Amino acid sequence: MMPLLAQAAEFGGLELGHYLMTSAVLFVLGLVGFLTRRNMIVMFLCTELMFQAAAIAMIAFGRFHHDLSGQVFVIFILTVAAAEAALALGLVVLLYRRKETLSAEAWSELREA
Amino acid sequence: MTIAPIQCGSALLATHGGSFPIAEAIDAMSWAGWILWLPILSMLLCGICAAVKVRSKAPAAITVGLLGLSFLITCGLYASYETPVTVHLFDWFRIAWADGAESFIAPFSLYVDRLTLLWMLFVTGLGTLIALYASEYMEADLGPGYARFFAGVSVFLFAMSALVMGDNLVMLYLGWEGVGFASYWLIGYYYQRPSAVAAAKKAFIVNRIGDLGLALGLYLIYHVFGTIQYSEIFAQILQGVNADAAAGGWPIKAIPFLLMLGAFGKSAQLPLYVWLPDAMEGPTPVSALIHAATMVTAGVYLLCRMFPLMQLHEYALPTVAWVGGLTALLAATIGMAQYDIKRIMAYSTVSQLGYMFLGVGVLTTYGAGYHVFTHAFFKAVLFLTCGAIMHGFAGQLDLRKISGLRHMRGWRITSYTMLYACLCLIGFPYISSGFYSKDEIMAQAFITAGPGFRALGVIAIVTAMLTAYYTFRVWFRVCAGEPHYEMGEEQHGPGSDHGGGHAGHGSVTGGEGGGGDGGEPHAPREAINFVLLAITVGGIASIFLAGWARTSIADSTAVVTAHWEHHEAFWSEPHKWMPLVASLAGLAGLGIAWWFHLANRKAADSLRSALLVNPLTRWLPTAMENKWYVDEFYHAVVRAPLWIGGHGLYLFDRYIVDLAIVDGVAKLPRALARAFQPLQNGVLQSYAITMAGGVSLVALLILALPQAIEALSRLWATWFGGAG
Repeated sequence: MMPLLAQAAEFGGLELGHYLMTSAVLFVLGLVGFLTRRNMIVMFLCTELMFQAAAIAMIAFGRFHHDLSGQVFVIFILTVAAAEAALALGLVVLLYRRKETLSAEAWSELREA
Repeated sequence: MTIAPIQCGSALLATHGGSFPIAEAIDAMSWAGWILWLPILSMLLCGICAAVKVRSKAPAAITVGLLGLSFLITCGLYASYETPVTVHLFDWFRIAWADGAESFIAPFSLYVDRLTLLWMLFVTGLGTLIALYASEYMEADLGPGYARFFAGVSVFLFAMSALVMGDNLVMLYLGWEGVGFASYWLIGYYYQRPSAVAAAKKAFIVNRIGDLGLALGLYLIYHVFGTIQYSEIFAQILQGVNADAAAGGWPIKAIPFLLMLGAFGKSAQLPLYVWLPDAMEGPTPVSALIHAATMVTAGVYLLCRMFPLMQLHEYALPTVAWVGGLTALLAATIGMAQYDIKRIMAYSTVSQLGYMFLGVGVLTTYGAGYHVFTHAFFKAVLFLTCGAIMHGFAGQLDLRKISGLRHMRGWRITSYTMLYACLCLIGFPYISSGFYSKDEIMAQAFITAGPGFRALGVIAIVTAMLTAYYTFRVWFRVCAGEPHYEMGEEQHGPGSDHGGGHAGHGSVTGGEGGGGDGGEPHAPREAINFVLLAITVGGIASIFLAGWARTSIADSTAVVTAHWEHHEAFWSEPHKWMPLVASLAGLAGLGIAWWFHLANRKAADSLRSALLVNPLTRWLPTAMENKWYVDEFYHAVVRAPLWIGGHGLYLFDRYIVDLAIVDGVAKLPRALARAFQPLQNGVLQSYAITMAGGVSLVALLILALPQAIEALSRLWATWFGGAG
């Protein structure tokens, strides 16, 4: 089997590492956003970013391995993300109605400390 | 004065000459069982009286009636007695081993020989009379307390009868523990008074030490003889079956020492005598019946009944003799310096029991048995007169605070029966029973050859003088001299709670009858006076029963068949000179008591002061008044270490086992949970950080760990590889 870096020529000089780096940057952006923001809708959007980072990594691996499983997974990820978006936004609306705020800090009844 | 019969185990048969009667089992005479059943019936009826709150003298009537009937049956048994028999009542224990080779049989049977009858006659007779006395004495407690008292007396009579009449050691043990329990019950009768409760516990616990010895002795007897029935044990002894075994194994040699430990506990001998003086916390009839006349002679009975076994070790009987002699002396010296008349009588009892043990030890079981018999009467009278004084003077027992009792109206019978009992106790020549029984023991100490027996004889004579002194110290102080009195501290009148509040010794309230008002003494009435006279008459009768007692002992297992040379010359024959010497000793003690306590009472106080002032002699009155500090010594040597050890173990249990281990294990999960609790802070982002951190950590481990290990191993090889 050919070394992965050797295949880079076929993709106009783009190597797997570039895709993975993009994926990683996207994931870290999502993670940092999730950790720093309190707005539930923004936090939800950040989780979507992390989803897409994973999807990019899947597609890149699938393409560089000549394997369609990666793309199949991405279809699943998109489906789940769509369903989740509907569900999560619904939940956010419900939570907003309860406390009249979108801050995640308003919800801490189950804390132990 | 030639024979030295206590040589070794195999000399046993020589001593006995192979002859003492052994009981044969018969089918008849099961009516003798009613001697035991009647006290049980009496106890049940008294219990019912207590339950239905009878407030009359019915419990006393029931008890006196049924115990009197029991006494009559004992008399009937005596009348129909011909040869030693065992009377089977019912099967009690019958345990057969699987192979049938050995079995353990303890029937509920009576062993009736003349030793049994000697004991049973005075046990049931005095029991009846003292119950009658108590019917008047205890009248301040009419109600449940009264019934409880008589139920206790009935239990005691049952247990004592089982002890004396049982035909095996298990029945003896039943009675032994039963009398101990009854004693505990009745010493603690005034259970609201802490000192009475403490005395009851002390009596019970000290007795446990002796009982342990008896129990171990019982096991060893079964181990050696394969049976615990008297007739079979004695048959083996007579056949010499175990003569060979006696030469060898330790179990057979340990038997007499274990049995005597039991006897020392029950009969209040050194080193276990300390419970008896404290037992005076009980009502006085109990002191008279249990702690003077009957129960405390159980040890003497055990040694007499087991006399053949007491010779299984050559030093067993000399040990008994020395313990008895030293106890007699020690208790007499303590008795000399006490002021509480009941306590003086208690020490006197310990001292006289010492004489009895001395008698057994120097091979005059006749003397010991006869002294038990005579002592039962005169000591009962002494206690009952002390009780009458307590009853009449609101618990006053201090001999310095009552004087001239015989001049007071209504106290004549008390004074003179007490005088006669005192004469008996000191062995006054010819007219007193103690003269005959005690001299027999003291004379025999000079006849029987044994280690230091003559020294014991001298100790016994000295003790006789001390006995005369302390006895007549009481009588001259209390009954003679100018009449004056101080009432005791017991509360008077109705409504006073028995045993509550005041710390006086007796708790007889004077509310009944005519004399209980305003601190006036009230003289004893019919029941007490009758009983005092009746027991005194019994005591006089016991003078003439010396020959009867001698044949009774000779017809039982306690027989000593050794013969002594009799001398014609006066000074060679102790039985001839002892009456003279002992009488002189007694009269000397009596004279000293007369000088210090009647003729010149101030001299006693000035002598005491003189002794106390002199630093060289100060210890003597101090130590004697404090009972030679024996209680304190036991406290330091036994109780304090036990307490410290027990408390140490308690602290270990409390703080190490409970607190550190049990509670610690229980607290561990909680502490762990508390350590991680801050993580559950309810902030969504912190959960996310934890998760992200965890994932990062796992990723780091997966990625970096192999490289790190490789780098480390390379470093290792660089540093230490060359050396390897």
